[in-house]
Amino acid sequence: MTSYDPRRVRSDTPLMNRVINGHPITYLDSASSSLPPRAVIEAMSRYYELRHANVHRGVFQTAVEATDAYESAREAIANFIGAPGGSGEIVFTKNATESFNLIAKSWGRANLTPGDVVLITEMEHHANIVPWFQLREVNGIEVRFIPVGDDFRLDLSNIDELMTGVKLLSVTSMSNVLGTINPIKELAEVAHRHGALIAVDAAQSVAHSATDVRDLDVDFVIFSGHKMLGPTGIGVLWTREDILADMPPFLGGGGMIADVRLDGYTPASGPTRFEAGTPPIAEAVGLGAAVRYLEGLGMADVVRHERSLTEDALTRLADGFAGRVRVIGPHDMAARGAVISLDVDGVHPHDIAQVLDQFGVCVRPGHHCAKPLMRRFGLAATARASFGPYSLHSDTDVLIEALGHAVSMFG
Amino acid sequence: MSNLEDLYREIILDHYRSPRNRGELASPPAIRVEGFNPLCGDELVVYLNVEDGTLSDIKITGHGCSISQSSSSLMSAAVKGKSLEQVREIIGTFKQLMTVHESTLAHDGEPAKVDLRAIGELAALQGVVKFPVRIKCATLAWNTLSQGLDQLD
Ligand SMILES: Cc1ncc(COP(=O)(O)O)c(C=O)c1O
Repeated sequence: MTSYDPRRVRSDTPLMNRVINGHPITYLDSASSSLPPRAVIEAMSRYYELRHANVHRGVFQTAVEATDAYESAREAIANFIGAPGGSGEIVFTKNATESFNLIAKSWGRANLTPGDVVLITEMEHHANIVPWFQLREVNGIEVRFIPVGDDFRLDLSNIDELMTGVKLLSVTSMSNVLGTINPIKELAEVAHRHGALIAVDAAQSVAHSATDVRDLDVDFVIFSGHKMLGPTGIGVLWTREDILADMPPFLGGGGMIADVRLDGYTPASGPTRFEAGTPPIAEAVGLGAAVRYLEGLGMADVVRHERSLTEDALTRLADGFAGRVRVIGPHDMAARGAVISLDVDGVHPHDIAQVLDQFGVCVRPGHHCAKPLMRRFGLAATARASFGPYSLHSDTDVLIEALGHAVSMFG
Repeated sequence: MSNLEDLYREIILDHYRSPRNRGELASPPAIRVEGFNPLCGDELVVYLNVEDGTLSDIKITGHGCSISQSSSSLMSAAVKGKSLEQVREIIGTFKQLMTVHESTLAHDGEPAKVDLRAIGELAALQGVVKFPVRIKCATLAWNTLSQGLDQLD
């Protein structure tokens, strides 16, 4: 039984007390990075104040406690996404980007040969594009794209044709620009029918809907701690135990080995094989606290609240500006998340963000690391507003008012 | 709001809405240089015609925010028809304007070192220095113009 109240989440979030240019902060950039609750910040300070030591192989008391804290974070995350093999399937990385690099450089190099196809989509973040281009340079693979239709959704009409020769389908669960939520279960079924694996970029969805890797029937899931109320500097790669067991190491060094001799080394098994060097321990502890906090909110209630915020904002944006404000993303609420990209007639996104900042409103201008998608819609940039579990309808009030100033200022 | 009005002065908004010297020149003979600001996706192309040591014509195309667009328009108006020596001088003065730190601005908002009368309408861009992330927007056209002049050497 949870009792989710966004106002309580807000009062749990210290940064919400900031005053920016004389106005209380209106934080609408959670798609870039979310704001951590006190529980996360305190878990990290407590760790440093009471337990900090290097993890693994320690014998003294705090080293044992630090290892326990690190490993229990791994368990919390395994629980959170329903990993069938438990914490042995959770690899800690630096961020979502590193997780994709790990898949490409470890699994990709070992399993893909010239001519094999990695199928991604036109709406991917650069993190799910560039590592595949890099692999193409060394491995001669083909990188293919599922197109995005004028309705801002994946065009799956030719999916069976596109799947020819595909060994990996790698797709975002939710676009960080459009807000489009993709049909991951359906795509997993397609991939497996064609003998391919499927990787999911859950960076945008993981803190905004429940993730159940078993139910989705997918093979890899990646995300970043800092977009789910956790700290920066930590990300996650989940994959099935059998896949992980066959993946060669990624970075080399201490921690990832079973043995090192004068003539070579033997890698460790399990997730530690991919965690070379001293890991981000405090960050893992913080992420563990974030996941427990999210579980306490109840993802179903968070989804309902963010849907209501998004629906209301879409209606007011459509009604309020006489057609001058165009939403770049689905206009209806079916399969759509709380990310709203705006193209305002006659006002550049940079100028919008600048004017909004004067009202304490944080929105992000730019290409959002999705340049192929921006090109697809003939845009150089958008101004993007995005909600989190602490967002309120009053944030939309401030956004609309500030946007009104920007629009009238530029005539 | 006063800061915002410092940034978005009427002259700037005017040059943004109706940019001067917009368009292309046949190249060759015109020098054609491209400028990018990867941070915000601003892109522009500057065309230069140079005759007898004079910048006889300049045209600019591209897209970007109000600051980059107005700065390129103001620049084109300031340098068109000037001798190359004068053009380099104006570029130097403008760059100085952009590097004057906020703290060195006098109370009436006038930078200590730059003679604002000498640069005319360009002075409208001085509010940009209060917004460090936007300085790159303002200098894009100027750096592109400098690159074009370097091609002459
Ligand atoms: C969909 C998506 N994938 C990947 C990333 C990359 O995340 P990070 O920068 O934390 O590696 C982002 C973040 O912007 C994102 O929105």
